[in-house]
Amino acid sequence: MQTKRKKRLGLIVSIVLGVGVATGLVLYSLKQNINLYYTPQQLLSVSLKPHQVVRLGGLVKKGSVKRESNNLTVRFVLTDYHAKVAVEYTGVLPALFREGQGIVAEGEWLPNGLFKAREVLAKHDENYHPPGVEK
Amino acid sequence: MIPEIGLFSLLLALSFASAQVVLPWVGVKKHDKSLWQSARWFALAQFIFTSIAISFLAYSFLTDDFSVAYVAAHSNSHLPWFYKVCAVWGAHEGSMLLWVWVLTVWMTGVSFLSEAKHHPTIAWVLIVMALIAIGFYGFILFTSNPFIRLLPSFPTEGQSLNALLQDQGMMIHPPFLYMGYVGFSLAFAFAMAALIEGKLGYSWARWVRPWTLLAWCFLTYGIVAGSWWAYRQLGWGGWWFWDPVENASFMPWLAGTALIHSLFVVEKRDRFKGWAVVLALTTFSLSLLGTFLVRSGILISVHAFAQDPSRGQFLLLFFLLVVGISTLFYIFRAHTLSAPPEKVWWLSKEVFLLGNNLFLYVMMLTILLGTLYPLVLDELGLGKISVGYPYFNSVFIPLMVPFLLIMGVGPQVYWRETPTSVLWPRLGGVGVSVLAIATLAALYFPPYFSWGLWIGLVVVLWLFSNTAVYAWKLKHRTIPQWGMVLAHSGVAVTAMGIIVTTLFSQEHDVRMRVGETQTLGGYEYQWVRLMPLQGPNYSGVKAVFNLYQHGRLINTLSPEMRTYPEQHYSNPKAAIDVTLFRDIYVALGQPLGSDSWSLRVYYKPFIRWIWMGGLMMMIGGLMGFVGRMKHEPR
Repeated sequence: MQTKRKKRLGLIVSIVLGVGVATGLVLYSLKQNINLYYTPQQLLSVSLKPHQVVRLGGLVKKGSVKRESNNLTVRFVLTDYHAKVAVEYTGVLPALFREGQGIVAEGEWLPNGLFKAREVLAKHDENYHPPGVEK
Repeated sequence: MIPEIGLFSLLLALSFASAQVVLPWVGVKKHDKSLWQSARWFALAQFIFTSIAISFLAYSFLTDDFSVAYVAAHSNSHLPWFYKVCAVWGAHEGSMLLWVWVLTVWMTGVSFLSEAKHHPTIAWVLIVMALIAIGFYGFILFTSNPFIRLLPSFPTEGQSLNALLQDQGMMIHPPFLYMGYVGFSLAFAFAMAALIEGKLGYSWARWVRPWTLLAWCFLTYGIVAGSWWAYRQLGWGGWWFWDPVENASFMPWLAGTALIHSLFVVEKRDRFKGWAVVLALTTFSLSLLGTFLVRSGILISVHAFAQDPSRGQFLLLFFLLVVGISTLFYIFRAHTLSAPPEKVWWLSKEVFLLGNNLFLYVMMLTILLGTLYPLVLDELGLGKISVGYPYFNSVFIPLMVPFLLIMGVGPQVYWRETPTSVLWPRLGGVGVSVLAIATLAALYFPPYFSWGLWIGLVVVLWLFSNTAVYAWKLKHRTIPQWGMVLAHSGVAVTAMGIIVTTLFSQEHDVRMRVGETQTLGGYEYQWVRLMPLQGPNYSGVKAVFNLYQHGRLINTLSPEMRTYPEQHYSNPKAAIDVTLFRDIYVALGQPLGSDSWSLRVYYKPFIRWIWMGGLMMMIGGLMGFVGRMKHEPR
């Protein structure tokens, strides 16, 4: 009986420990790896930590896409009809990237006002509007 | 006329479903066997009439009947016939019709083929399934009717199927995924039947196990096909994104995997009964949650499912109803299932399978948290966030390592008590060899060494060698045992593929023009030509690349950029040079002016292993199903 109780206690303790460790890991990684989402208007009014990665959603302003002539760097302006943010990205843009199209850029907002994207996501839906972007 | 017959068939199927609830219920209460056995004929009738509905929808697609709103929105006359058929489930309304059709396939299958068919339990199973079906018929008829007409004036041409869905993957991925999702409704219904009847005997597990295994095989294949399809079609060369839509299919898979293992314990040892019921209820609830998440459009997903929120409310309500009712049943009836307590041996199959279940359940919960957390914050107005792959990787990998380690040992321990004199030397031998091989491999390739690689190699080799040793030592090998060996080896193969692909992939985003040559991972690729392309419902350009290794031409790759005029949309079609050990992947990006293009060129070692392992798991599961269906009742 005594050993049985001990074993049961051991089982309960190990389950509690396991769940505790898992919960701790989960909360820690959630804290580290959440990306906040903003529209251009919201971005201009929040204060971010240096090098904080956020997501910026908006429409690619018509006529704003400028490419460099010898590499894959591209600059464009994202707008939500209220504010504008200049974005720079180096790499292959998604097939759905177009002027006037709603996209989400993930990256850092530099002190000089340029949003440096490390990833550009376009929804596979031509009518997609990023959340919060309305006329 | 055709769409109206389709709609009418759906209404008939709904009334048969209602009969399938009422008559068997009365039959069971009155102990009238012929009355409760009528359930199977109602199930068959539902199958026939939903089949008519879905075929008539397909017929409307094939004959370009654009007076049907759903056809007009998702097809056009230039679409190849193959994609017209696939377009049936290419969007919301039709995919819900497919969902309910698959449900009738499962209920007909179980009512005629299951060993339980002469037992009143099957009546409760079919009543529960009919109630689920009624919910979905209601959903289709009230919010998502695919047969609505655009009368009196309808378009002469349709808008076409989303270009991304125009791929062979469309034929395979959604139906198999649904076969899996919906197949778990059987385990759910059996669990509810056990709670209603207040008994869960040895035969219960024997009835549920093969069907759950079959559903699991379909889901496994559906997920593998989805990953492979996304890799080819989305043009970004990834095989898993931890996107909410992907997680929606992965959560029921994890819970379902735990379920098939706990059913094993219920059948062999009569333990874990309450837990197996919880898992059965959880797995199907997660399938419903997945359907809700994907179909409601509340997710910010890279995959294409923008939908109407009012439909989401219906599904959410249905989901909460199913979860609420099943939880109440569990709370008030679970005590009827408990078995007397029994001594626990630490080194026993029971304990290892408990470990398996705990790990799988925790993994599922961490994914659930990461998937729902942004939605909950958004609903509460606390800001919009996204939880991406860094979270999932940092939580999932530490759980996976111990999980794979115990998975190597699990099959080799015995029920109840394991004689340690055999086990310890065997595990010791395997362990020492595995550590030696992994260390040698890491030392032999010093530039590639990393602790991640070393740990990964140790874990994968441990799992694989232990599984092989287990198979080698087996006395009387049965088909299900071979199936288990194959499925567990498949996990090792998939894990190996994930480790090597993640650590050694080389991804080049390049700017190139015709005539240029570049190198990647010991290969040279030369852009030879760019020519116009004309397909049945698209135009575009096709590039031709020569791929060289050590100066020798090994393949010619032709990626395309297809433009679908109806959708003002361009879609890259990647070209891939495939071998067992690596893929070379070329996709066109965008024209950058002055004849140059942006390109993605990827070197992906071992990526095929990820899907091969998945196929091995599925075939292993099928062997388990076949072996068990052949089993004579004991």
